[in-house]
Amino acid sequence: MIALAAAKAPDIDWAGISSLLALFAGAVVVLMVGLLRARFARQTLVPALSIVAFAASIGLAIWQWDEQGSLMSGALALDPLAMIGVIGVGVAGIAAVLLSIGATAPREAAHGEYHAMMLVSAAGMAMFVGGQNLITTFLGLELLSIPLYVLAATELHRRRSLESGMKYLIVGSVGSATLLYGFALIFGATGELDYGAIAREVGEQGLANDVLMLGGVAMIVVGFAFKASVAPFHQWTPDVYEGAPTPVTAFMATATKVAALIAFIRLFDVALIGTSDAWGPALATLAAIAMIVGNVGALGQSSLKRLLAFSSVAQAGYMLVGVVVATQLGAQATVFYVLTYVVMTAAAFAVVEAAERETGHDGVEALAGLGRRKPLHGVALTLAMLGLAGVPATVGFVAKLRIVQAAVDGDYTWLAIVLVVGSMISFVYYLRVVAQVWADEAPAGEAVVRTQTVEVEAPETLPTSTVAADPKGTPAAAVPSAAALAVAGGSQLPMTIVAVVAGAAIVVLGVVPGPLMTVVEDVARAVSGLVA
Amino acid sequence: MLHLSILLWLPAAFGLLGLLVPSRSARWVGVLGAVLALAFSIVLVLDFDASGAPFQHVTDASWISALGVRYQLAITGLNVWLVLLTTVGFAFSMIWIAVSELGRDPRAKHVVLHLGIAQSAVLGALLAQDLILFVAYFDLMLIPFFFITAQFGNGDRVPATIKMIVYTLVGSLLMLVAAIAVGVLATPSGETVSYNLVEIANRGVPGGSQGWLFACFAAAFLVKMPAFPIHGWLADGYRAMPLPVLAVFSGVLSKVAVYGFLQIALPILPQGTADLRWVVLILAVLSILYASTLAFTTFNARLVLAYSSVAQLGFITLGVMSLRPDGASGALLQSVNHGVAVFGAFLAVAILGRRAGGSEDLRDMGGAATKAPIFAVLFVVVSYAVLAMPGTANFVGEFLILRGAWEGTAPALAIVASLGVALAAVYALRLFIRSSHNRVGPTIEPREGSRVELALMAVPVVLIAALALHPQQTVDAADRATARSVVRAANAVGPGHVQKILEADPGIVGVGVPQTFSEAPAPTGAQTAATGGSGATETTGGAAGQGGAAVDPNTGQPVQVDPSTGQPSTGGAQTIQIDPSTGQPVDPSVQPEGAGR
Repeated sequence: MIALAAAKAPDIDWAGISSLLALFAGAVVVLMVGLLRARFARQTLVPALSIVAFAASIGLAIWQWDEQGSLMSGALALDPLAMIGVIGVGVAGIAAVLLSIGATAPREAAHGEYHAMMLVSAAGMAMFVGGQNLITTFLGLELLSIPLYVLAATELHRRRSLESGMKYLIVGSVGSATLLYGFALIFGATGELDYGAIAREVGEQGLANDVLMLGGVAMIVVGFAFKASVAPFHQWTPDVYEGAPTPVTAFMATATKVAALIAFIRLFDVALIGTSDAWGPALATLAAIAMIVGNVGALGQSSLKRLLAFSSVAQAGYMLVGVVVATQLGAQATVFYVLTYVVMTAAAFAVVEAAERETGHDGVEALAGLGRRKPLHGVALTLAMLGLAGVPATVGFVAKLRIVQAAVDGDYTWLAIVLVVGSMISFVYYLRVVAQVWADEAPAGEAVVRTQTVEVEAPETLPTSTVAADPKGTPAAAVPSAAALAVAGGSQLPMTIVAVVAGAAIVVLGVVPGPLMTVVEDVARAVSGLVA
Repeated sequence: MLHLSILLWLPAAFGLLGLLVPSRSARWVGVLGAVLALAFSIVLVLDFDASGAPFQHVTDASWISALGVRYQLAITGLNVWLVLLTTVGFAFSMIWIAVSELGRDPRAKHVVLHLGIAQSAVLGALLAQDLILFVAYFDLMLIPFFFITAQFGNGDRVPATIKMIVYTLVGSLLMLVAAIAVGVLATPSGETVSYNLVEIANRGVPGGSQGWLFACFAAAFLVKMPAFPIHGWLADGYRAMPLPVLAVFSGVLSKVAVYGFLQIALPILPQGTADLRWVVLILAVLSILYASTLAFTTFNARLVLAYSSVAQLGFITLGVMSLRPDGASGALLQSVNHGVAVFGAFLAVAILGRRAGGSEDLRDMGGAATKAPIFAVLFVVVSYAVLAMPGTANFVGEFLILRGAWEGTAPALAIVASLGVALAAVYALRLFIRSSHNRVGPTIEPREGSRVELALMAVPVVLIAALALHPQQTVDAADRATARSVVRAANAVGPGHVQKILEADPGIVGVGVPQTFSEAPAPTGAQTAATGGSGATETTGGAAGQGGAAVDPNTGQPVQVDPSTGQPSTGGAQTIQIDPSTGQPVDPSVQPEGAGR
């Protein structure tokens, strides 16, 4: 096989792969531009070019929407499922780049590297959502994970950021290793790497009860659960979310979710569909645990980022329901949900980032009186929280409706009931945030004191070895406290844009969900093997 | 043609408009919106044809086509008066806010906006003829009250209001699952899912699933009312909410739950209703007794009214669950009556509270009437309405309910429930006497109500008087609709139950269950007479044979019930047929073609 590949390289459909290439090309260009000396080039041109790269990738994905086929000898799929993944990741990427403007993290890590890593990670996600071959899937996974480990640690002067990167690296590696081992077992059982071929082998050889096969499936479930932060494999999530710089957290929370869920659908609903009797109940149990653990865990959180981390665990549980039922309706429901989740979470993180820059911490108290100080932010966060909770007239309600319908339709009514019980719990913490936004402002004296203490804690003394290890980061990071102060005074326009656009989308899509729903229906073409 | 969408979105639109004008005038924009909606609904009520088509002013458009959810609105005999109650309630509340401190608050815009959204949501829940649309509005209507209470409430308002929301959502979200399950289960394989209520009722939900589905719906409605064991949010929520908002919350929102039973649970889940109705009935009676007892022991004037409304809603539930047209019509009438009385009662508490230095404790009040004769007169009328004095429409409502309960359930239940009528007199008079008569309280400064207060107070009094003079209007509009609503469930209870209904009210017999969601008139006896030429056919058992109600549990085949014997018969005809001239059942074999269609 290798000899064959050497003799004749596979025919490459450049148009089909263009959305992936745009991200890689963007990464290279951004890296180069980041080397320029001019402040303008680094601080303005680099983010602008990153946005252009993401937008180009989205545009190319839309251009390729109607294609149906595979690329590079079947390594990558070219279908609406992959394209919708690219679009979702692109939207999340643009939001993350906007949130990074003026933030500490890109300054400390150097703008070029920071944005290039984000683009490479997005390219990895584009591969991951398209992968229909165990090797490509794994490559995509690693390509998306490794830059994220680095990104999580980019605020070099905060110990929490470094800790977050380290924790993410270790846990993520365990997840990757488990997944790889599972892939190996499946390869061992079927002798195939290709998703379609695996499904065929499982069917033809009756491998549905094969120990090797089921062992592989079990490891894949665990590996994916690590990556998608599904309880009980979610323990890293709150710490990493809290420690990582907020724009990076936003990127992790949104883009990674899109990629992981779509890869979930492709792997389980296409390759492993023959063994659904084995993984169906297992995934259903995991989803139920995630809903309960995530929602209960979020109850006691005072840090907004930790709260959103636990809520993301719960939401991952909701989204899994669509995978569990293994129907076309379910796949559509999950894709719809994950897209809306991107919008809602982006709005939430935009406001959190703005509040964090203003007050220096991400506690719920930072929001007190936000509705009066910054009505746009207040409204956007309110809509995001109501949307995540699933209140009617927001897109979250429609998404939940679809998921519940898929569950009931797929004979998983009990899971739907767990889902709504989880939602009820979630109302407690979402509404507490909303109440804080519209409550009277906290006494001024208290707020000032809190800000000061945090400022003192935040800039940790810099270990010398880190500086040596990352020479690029040193120049910008030389005066951390000054940088932090400069950031606090910076413009909040990018965050306001993200918050307003996402907030508006939450309502508009909630009232008129038709168009997005129609788009998502195309996903059925990618999972045509499932029951309609 | 009156577009219901205009009525539905008018209040929310004015709420948004309120954001654009200066803070000082926002309240008047809200008032304008509420008054326009009120005018619109009055036109609707006048335009309503009680004996006409079951669905009037139909709006039907696609909403979420992928899920089969449609934007379907209509006026029916069930909702027409409740729509009016809603617009009256919100207009009353909005005007009250405009003349009180709340309207002069720099953030009055928020109140206007949220009340506008709330009104749109309530109207949406009432008008919706699509199950998912109903659930969406039902869930949505609570959220604006969260915002108002969290921003403008009293005391420990945020935990109280979160508690209220979560409590009520327990039911609402279970209802969401149940609603989807109903739609999916009722859909025959190969056909598209429809959530239209008529469609679901005609398709029929499998009998085995109806039990838990009904339980989910009942949970949602009973929490919202609230009923006895699940009323935990009530005291905290009522204490925290600003009074003008509380008036409309208590007067209007709880009625949507009653309406939910009649509109949703009974027609689409007849078997579940029949199986579980005793649970609901017993909860209703327990609510009456428990809440009445609390109402005459608590000293907080608000809580007296809170518990009194629990007791009243117990009565109303009793009427609905009697599964008889008279009981259900009484329940609807009583919903309107109680709503109107509650508006006045909460306003009286607000006026008294202002005299008593902001305290709402009955022990701080007393003697208010000494210096405020006009107010006292108005208040006593409201109190009479609350206690259902003969002469008020509340008495008519309670009478109908109790008659329905006597005939439709068990006399013992009706007797126990009627204790509640006596208890109502105790707590209503206690509220009036302790606040208005007796020795002048320690902190109260009795003085006559201001002109604005009295004018506002006069509104519910006038409405109470109007209802007392013309209770028949409401009942007439409701009669046919409630008959359509209960007929399937009554069939599921048993032939004896149906027969009792027929004996009590032969006029009901002409009512048929609608087969399609359109403005087409329902199949009625008169129509059949015209086409069949014999004048002898009437439809009561309704959908039997048309995929609905009386289905033999063993064979799944429609069963024909012989009304004279109460026994299922195996005749070829598919409806209960009664000769209106004699009131006697007619031999099906002599019926003309098209009978019962």
